[in-house]
Amino acid sequence: MSKIKILKILAIFLTIGLIWLAQNHLDDYSLRILTTIAIFIILATSYNLINGVTGQLSLEPNGFVAIGAYVTALLLIGSEAKLDMYQLEDPSPWILIANTSLLPALFLSGVISSILAFCLAFPVFRVRGDYLAIVTLGFGFIIRVYAVNTPEVTNGAIGLNDIPSSINLYWAGGIAMVTVLIMLNIIYSKFGRSMKAVRDDEDAASAMGINTFKIKTYSFMTSAFFEGVGGGLLAVFLTTISPDIFTFFLTFQLIIIIVLGGLGSMTGAIIGTFLVIGGGEWLRVLDEEVNFFGLHINAHPGMRMVVFSIILIAVMLFAREGIMGKKELSDLFKRSKK
Amino acid sequence: MILQLDSVTMAFGGVKAINELSFSINDKEIYGLIGPNGAGKTTAFNVITGNYTPTTGKIKFQNKDIVGKKAHKIVKLGIARTFQNIRLFKSMSVLDNILIGFDSAIKYTYLESILRLPRFFNEEKKSKQKAREIMEYFGILEFEEHKASDLSYGNQRKVEIARAIATNPKLLLLDEPAAGMNPAETKELAELIKKAKDDFDISILLIEHDMKFVNQLCDKVLVLDYGKTIFEGKPSDAIKDEEVVTAYLGDFIHD
Repeated sequence: MSKIKILKILAIFLTIGLIWLAQNHLDDYSLRILTTIAIFIILATSYNLINGVTGQLSLEPNGFVAIGAYVTALLLIGSEAKLDMYQLEDPSPWILIANTSLLPALFLSGVISSILAFCLAFPVFRVRGDYLAIVTLGFGFIIRVYAVNTPEVTNGAIGLNDIPSSINLYWAGGIAMVTVLIMLNIIYSKFGRSMKAVRDDEDAASAMGINTFKIKTYSFMTSAFFEGVGGGLLAVFLTTISPDIFTFFLTFQLIIIIVLGGLGSMTGAIIGTFLVIGGGEWLRVLDEEVNFFGLHINAHPGMRMVVFSIILIAVMLFAREGIMGKKELSDLFKRSKK
Repeated sequence: MILQLDSVTMAFGGVKAINELSFSINDKEIYGLIGPNGAGKTTAFNVITGNYTPTTGKIKFQNKDIVGKKAHKIVKLGIARTFQNIRLFKSMSVLDNILIGFDSAIKYTYLESILRLPRFFNEEKKSKQKAREIMEYFGILEFEEHKASDLSYGNQRKVEIARAIATNPKLLLLDEPAAGMNPAETKELAELIKKAKDDFDISILLIEHDMKFVNQLCDKVLVLDYGKTIFEGKPSDAIKDEEVVTAYLGDFIHD
């Protein structure tokens, strides 16, 4: 037990050290990739809680990410900048008043997503499996359509730009680390056990006295909170957002990440993020002209996506349950000690 | 009297899966529910545990009406069950499976688990201790770290019963506990159930086809056929009853 604890503390310090090293020694391009990865770690691990750990196939994260992004953006942009920006319709008065600094803005993004998740839980968890997927998919669409059609709040399809940006890898990496720690604390508690029980067999779980609706709602709200926070960070990082960013493709990307890493494993979600988000960038070499020992290959834009898809297929063929399966890093250590 | 069913009927459309079922179980009694396939035994279980709400009739547990209560609330009142086809949490360790049974007994909040406050550690330690005691009792302590799905069939049965006992029930419902077991395992299980009944101070309601098992264990049996009660009394009398024999073997005797 104490070995795990030492490992945990070591991992925390190692992460902090690596973030510090990266922030001080890497160029802007690499830092941007790493920041994107950190934000997607927040999104992927929190999505993994509801989808992988609790086993509720929900397809709504783009909705919560959008809410988080818009809330943070609206809270950070000053009222005069807003007046300039809104071209389709004048901003609502309450939009003009709203203004805070970054940390409360991110927190509020999470809280608002979480409250919406609570309201959504009542209709959503009346259904299971495929039907749940369809209902939550609808929610993602509704949020996007709402963003396009309420120009007095969201500036419609034009979106919001000039979001004051002050984040660096410390912010994104730090929040990502805290998110992962909280997720792990939840998983290794009675609540995490109940979530896994709901995933494995919902009827048996309720026959053991577990209020399955309550557990699913906890998981859903927690997931929504961090998706909101992640969305807020994404807005600040991109400095400009529009409804187009939050299509189903975002959800789809998160699904690829957690399935590749292993549904239900936080370690897997982190590895998956590095592979999918980082891999997409690092494979850019393939799009360019290549001189391979005198063999000249013309540039094929899009080649990297072909290679990337092949890698995905190969991983899924050889690791059916994803890279980590349902295991965490600590489980691997436990086994090797035996 | 721990459980009392009063003319309970469960109808699915036009089919009455159980019809006017009435019986009562006394404290510390092992009560058998037998009958051919499709007689409505498992439906009776599902009605008692709150998975189905009966069409008509009353169910009283310790003199409290439990009709219409949700399944997880009924567990908290003190009725635990096992399933006909073993339903463990397959991806979890045996220890975690047992700990799920303790879930309502573990008292810490969501926030306390996130912040890892002292109560979290105390409660986890206490419940793990209790879980190990139960595992030791059922002889499955050595599999504590194993994945539940890796265990043998007989041991999975034991984990399922141990998990049900962990919810601290007053009444335990066992759905065909001896199904798929060889005679030696069946005998061992019968002894284990009898011992557990005394040690944990519980009443037991069980469904079983193995008449030898029922004879050895039950104080009283009720025979169901097409949802109707055709016999209630001592197991040794049941096998002599004409109607029971007819239901089980067909009515060629009368031809």
